Order: sequence, then C-alpha cells, then structure tokens
Amino acid sequence: MTTLATPMRPLTQVEKKAVRREGWSRRVPLLPGLIFAIIVTQLPFLFTLFYSLQSWNLVRPGSQHFVGLENYVRVFTDSTFRQAALNTILITAGCVIVAMLLGIGLALLLDRAFPGRAVVRTLLITPFLIMPVAGALLWKTTMFDPTFGLVNAVLRLFGAGSTAWVAQFPLTSVITSLVWQWTPFMMLLVLSGLQSQPAEVLEAASVDGANRWQTFVLVTLPHLRRYIELGVLLGAIYVVNTFDQIYMMTQGGPGTSSTNLPFYLYQRAFLGFDIGQAAALGVVVVVGTIIVATVALRVIFKSFTAGEEA
Amino acid sequence: MTVQTARHAALAPRPAPRKWRPGSSALTAITWIIGVGFFFPVLWMVLTGFKSEGDAYTNPPRLFFLPTLEQYESVFARGFVPYLLNSAYATIVSTLLVLVLAVPTAYAVSIRPVKKTQDVLFFFISTKMLPVAAVIVPLYVVAKQLAMLDNIWTLIILYTAMNLPIAVWMMRSFFLEVPKAIIEAAQVDGAGLPRILTQIMLPVVAQAGMAATALICVIFAWNEFFFAVNLTAARAATVPVFLVGFITSEGLFWAQLSAAATLSSLPVIICGWIAQKQLVRGLSMGAVK
Repeated sequence: MTTLATPMRPLTQVEKKAVRREGWSRRVPLLPGLIFAIIVTQLPFLFTLFYSLQSWNLVRPGSQHFVGLENYVRVFTDSTFRQAALNTILITAGCVIVAMLLGIGLALLLDRAFPGRAVVRTLLITPFLIMPVAGALLWKTTMFDPTFGLVNAVLRLFGAGSTAWVAQFPLTSVITSLVWQWTPFMMLLVLSGLQSQPAEVLEAASVDGANRWQTFVLVTLPHLRRYIELGVLLGAIYVVNTFDQIYMMTQGGPGTSSTNLPFYLYQRAFLGFDIGQAAALGVVVVVGTIIVATVALRVIFKSFTAGEEA
Repeated sequence: MTVQTARHAALAPRPAPRKWRPGSSALTAITWIIGVGFFFPVLWMVLTGFKSEGDAYTNPPRLFFLPTLEQYESVFARGFVPYLLNSAYATIVSTLLVLVLAVPTAYAVSIRPVKKTQDVLFFFISTKMLPVAAVIVPLYVVAKQLAMLDNIWTLIILYTAMNLPIAVWMMRSFFLEVPKAIIEAAQVDGAGLPRILTQIMLPVVAQAGMAATALICVIFAWNEFFFAVNLTAARAATVPVFLVGFITSEGLFWAQLSAAATLSSLPVIICGWIAQKQLVRGLSMGAVK
C-alpha cells in the first residue's frame, strides 16, 4: 500500500510517519469486519480439520482419541457418501440449468412494454421470497399430495394424476420446488442484462437487416453471457448447500435416494453423533467446493471488474 | 445523430424491436398466464390458510369456500409468538451488526482499490462459498462447551457472519458511485477519514445503499433454517423451526399449515416487494445494477 505512495526522492522522517499514519487510517476501518469474518468462518474450519482426525462420538463421553486418516477412509468407502455426492451434483445441475433456461425465457417475455408489466414482474419474483422451509412444506402437501394435491388435480383433467410424486420421484420433486424458488433469481439477473443493452446496438442490427432471431443470437446472447455465467455460478453456490427442501420434503428418503451432502452430514453429526466422521465429510465437501470455486471465482471476479468498467 | 437514426429506421425493413405491435397481445397474454401460474402456489397457500380443514381436503380442490380466520387463531394458539419474536430479534440485531461492520469495511476497500484491498474482497466472497455444513460440527461443539446452545446470540453472530460478505460487496458498489470530487474537496478542507465517512459518504449512500443492504440481510436472516434447526431448541427457536412441527402432523392440518406458512413468509415478501429494484444488486453482491 505504502509503495504506491512513494515519490521519486527518499522520504523524510516526517513524511514517512505521515504515510504510515495514512496507511493505518485506511486499514483500521477494515479490521473489525475482517477479524469478525475470520473468527466466525475460518476458525471453525480449523476445528473441523482437527476433529476429522479424531474418533469421537458425542453420546459416549471420553471416546475422543486420535485416529489419523481413518475417518477419511470410511468416507470414501461409504456408498451413502457416493450417493449423496451424486445427488448433490444432480440437484445442483438440474436446478441451475432448468431455472436458468426458464429465467431467460421469462426475462425475454418481460423485456417489452405491455399492460401490467410491473404486476407480472412482482408476481414472478414472489416464489423467491417465500420462506424456503414454508415453500418446501407447501410443495410436499398442497401441491404434490397424491389425492388432494393441485398437481394431480390438474393432471386428472388429462386422464393422468395418480402419481405419488414425493415418494416415487423424490429427486425430481425436490428439484421442482428448487427450480420454482430459483427461476425468479435467474430471471432478474438476465432481465437486468437485457435492459443494459444499448438501444443503438439493437437499432444498428435492425438497420443492417438482421431479423429478430439473428439479433438475439448474434447481439443479445453474447451480451447476456456475463449475466448468465454470474447467475449459474451464484445459483450453484447457494443450491449446493440445499438443506431446507430435503429436510422438509423427503428427509433424504426413501432410503437414501434423495440424500445430498449437507443432509448426510447433518445425519452423521446430529442423528449419529459421529463428530469425527461428520467432520471428515465436511473437509471433503470443502475440498470439492474449493476445486469448483477456484474456477468459478476467476470467472465471477472477471465479471465484477468488467461490470465496473462498463 | 437522432435525425440520422430516425431516417435509417424508416428505411429499415422491420420496425424497432421494442415497439408495441398488435400481434404482441398474444405474447402479453402468454406472459400473464405464466406469471399467474408461477404465483399460483403462493395464492393457493394464502387461500388454503383461510379454509376450514374440511375445505382444504377436497377432490377436486376447492377454489370457492366460506373463508374463516380459525386457522390463524390456531397458529397463535399453538404458540407462534415466541418463535416470531426470536426471528425478529435475530434478524434485526444481526442486520444492525452487519451494517456496523460492513460500512467501514466497504468504505476502506472502495476508497482506494489496490492489490491488498482486492485480496480482502476476494476473501469475503470466498467465505460465502464455504459450505455451511462444513463448519456446523465445530460450531455445535463450541456452542455446547460455552453453554451457547439454544441461545439467540449464537444465531445473531452466525447470521452476521453469513450476511457480512454480501453487505461489504453491496455497500462497496454504492460507495464507488460517490463522486471522487466530493471526497477530494473534503480532504482539501482538512476533513479526516472518520469525518469523511460519517458526514459526507454516509449521507450520500445512506438512503439507497444502507436500506437496500439491510433489506437483503433481513431476507436471508429471516429465512435461515440450517443453523436454527441445529443450534436451537425450545428457547431460541425461530419461525422456520416452528414450521418443522407440521411435518409430523401434516396429514391433519393443511389449512393451519398454510396459515402458518403465510404468516412466516409475509415479512420477507413485503421487504422483497419494496426492495424489488435493489434485489438483483443484492443477490449478485453488487455486481449487477
């Protein structure tokens, strides 16, 4: 920081002091937030690392002892872990991709002047504002119930409608309620992308004789790329951690067919009281996330700085 | 310039893309239908909340019925208020703490963007990527040892940490909008950093920036479930935990469940509708305006 302020000639004693004081006065406001974030988010992870090398069951006091990498061996030889990892990928990818496609479609529909546009926009963002726990509960009961649910009531009009959605298709049910929740988020991002398109560019395209489809593919889509990337990445960060819907709708079941990693970890820690293995599971999840996030962060960061130049 | 484009537009084979056309009323109808369709589960929740349990279980589902406030009374009779107060307390206090911590931090990272402050920003956003599941075990153990389990302050601290990165990034994007000239003029007048922050920057960004940031923090804190369900019990449990009580008895109480879900979601729905314009900015941590 101080190097940037260094002029060509060597500093006098007084100037050095002034530079240092200025540096500190810039840094001090940063510290409370930074220290707080480090203590609450980084310190616990060090504990997780430590616990992951211990065998420790909470219901058996005094059982804590060092076991080295045994917990990790158990994680990787555990078929439920593999199932949970696969489900996490399916839920995240399924939700983010479908929500993004729907979001793009809705954003395109909203990017025109029509009567009641503000009202429709308000209606469309509401699913994102519903408490996720409440939303999941509603989808499980009033929407997906085989006998009294709305989904089957609608399907019965077409001669179908006897499916027990949550029991027969637990993953699809969970993903549906997640897509419903996350589509507004994608829509809002894409919509602000569409609206930041300079009108002159669109006019120029139509002057050059491009039809609407050509304009969309050649002009709009490249412009939207940054917004779509951002939506996919931010969406994925949140959806990977999905817990509420699984807890409320399926409890990971039937069996382990809809268990994802956060829910499995919760089961190991709070139903099995196996602190050591839950911690090892946590470390594995973090390592996986870091690998994905390193790539993701680069792209996001590019987006952020690009946004500031624009 | 404008004359020229107008002439070009007149020559162009197709009208400008954003213009109203008669054929677009079909598109408008489709948009409305999809909008209402997306909203319908919410509408259904509100409607079911005013039904008697008998009206909630019909095949086919009943759209018209005699409304009753019975379910809302039952929700309160079931002891909803303490959960509501816990949620309100955790949400409001954590949001205030977030602002107190985030405003100076955001100020420091936006006033002179150099490599080191970029690293700090990078760090903040990376904490958002750490899966919460990865830290829940030590948080539980430490809270247990400090006798902080089932204590609302545990949630307040965690919600503050959870929302801090969002708030820093978001406030930064507002600080960056303050014209440099104002700050420089104040520096020439000999104002120190604290004075610049409190008397010049804050009033400029206060109205839009802090309000929007606070609303986003409120939404996330109010809806949070993972920490609440794992770290609280009877005393400090929040609204989402109250709703868990309906999983076991859901077969019997759809109308009551819907009333509870409506009450639980209402504060955030109102906040979100008010903050509609700022929602994108908050959710993208200030990247998209």
